[in-house]
Amino acid sequence: MEEVLFFAAAIGALGGAIGVVAMRNPFYSVLALIVHLFSLAVLFLLLSSAFLAAAQVVVYAGAVMVLYVFVVAYVGGDHESAWEPIPGQRFLAPLLGIALFVELAIAVLGSSLLALGTDGPDVGPGFGDPAAIGYLLLERFLVAFEASSILLLLAAVGAVVLASRRAPGGPA
Amino acid sequence: MSIEWYIVLSSLLFATGAIGILIRRSPVVILLCLELMLNAGNLALIAFSRMVGNQEGQVFALIVMVVAACEVVVGLGLIVAIFRRKLPLDVDELTELRG
Repeated sequence: MEEVLFFAAAIGALGGAIGVVAMRNPFYSVLALIVHLFSLAVLFLLLSSAFLAAAQVVVYAGAVMVLYVFVVAYVGGDHESAWEPIPGQRFLAPLLGIALFVELAIAVLGSSLLALGTDGPDVGPGFGDPAAIGYLLLERFLVAFEASSILLLLAAVGAVVLASRRAPGGPA
Repeated sequence: MSIEWYIVLSSLLFATGAIGILIRRSPVVILLCLELMLNAGNLALIAFSRMVGNQEGQVFALIVMVVAACEVVVGLGLIVAIFRRKLPLDVDELTELRG
C-alpha cells in the first residue's frame, strides 16, 4: 500500500514538475505546480509529517498559488520570444540538468549513511504533529521563528512598495 | 519505502527545476521553477528528518516554506512593477543593470 501511494505521488510530483517546465502558457505552468504541490503533500504524509503536509496544502497550494494565478492573469500569457541568446540553449540546458541529477544520484547512492537504505526508525503517532512542531518552534527554535516573522513582515511591506509604484508619466 | 527513494526523487525534482530555470525566459515561470527547487530541498529535509527520527528537519522545512513565501511575494511584486513600466517580461531583455 505504501509503495503504491509513493509511486502514485512520485509520478504526480514529477509530472507536475515537467509540466511547469514544458507548458508554453504560464497559466498552465501554475496549474501543473499545484498538482506537484499536492503530490508532495502526500509524500510528506508518507514520511509521517502531518503538520508539514497540511501547511503545504494550505500555505502553498492555497495562498501562494492564488497569488501566482492573479499575477499571471494580470500580466497576461505568453511573452517568450523564440530568440535564443545562447545558440543551442534548449539542448544544452537539459544535458546540464541531467548531469546535475547524475551527480546528485551518485552522491546519494555512494554515501556512507547506512540508514539511507532503511525505512527509518519506528516513530510514535505523535511524530510531526502540530503539537510537536509547535513545541520545537517555541522552545528550541524561537530565534528562527521570530526572525522568520520579521522576514514575512519585511516582504509584505516590500511587495506593497514595489507593486504600488506607478509608471513615470502614467496615470496616477 | 526506504529513504533512498525519497532522496533520489528529490534530486530528480531539483534537476527538473534547474532545467526550467536554464531554458525558460519568462520571469514568472522562472519563479515557479525556483519553487520546484525549494520544494525538492524540503522533501530531502523531511526525508532526512524521518531517517534520523527527530523533528528538527521538519522545523527547518517549515522555515524554508516561510522564506519561499517571502521570495514569491517580492518576486511577484517586482514582476508587477516591471509590467506597469511597460518593460518586456523577458529576462534576456531586462539588461539595464548589466555592468
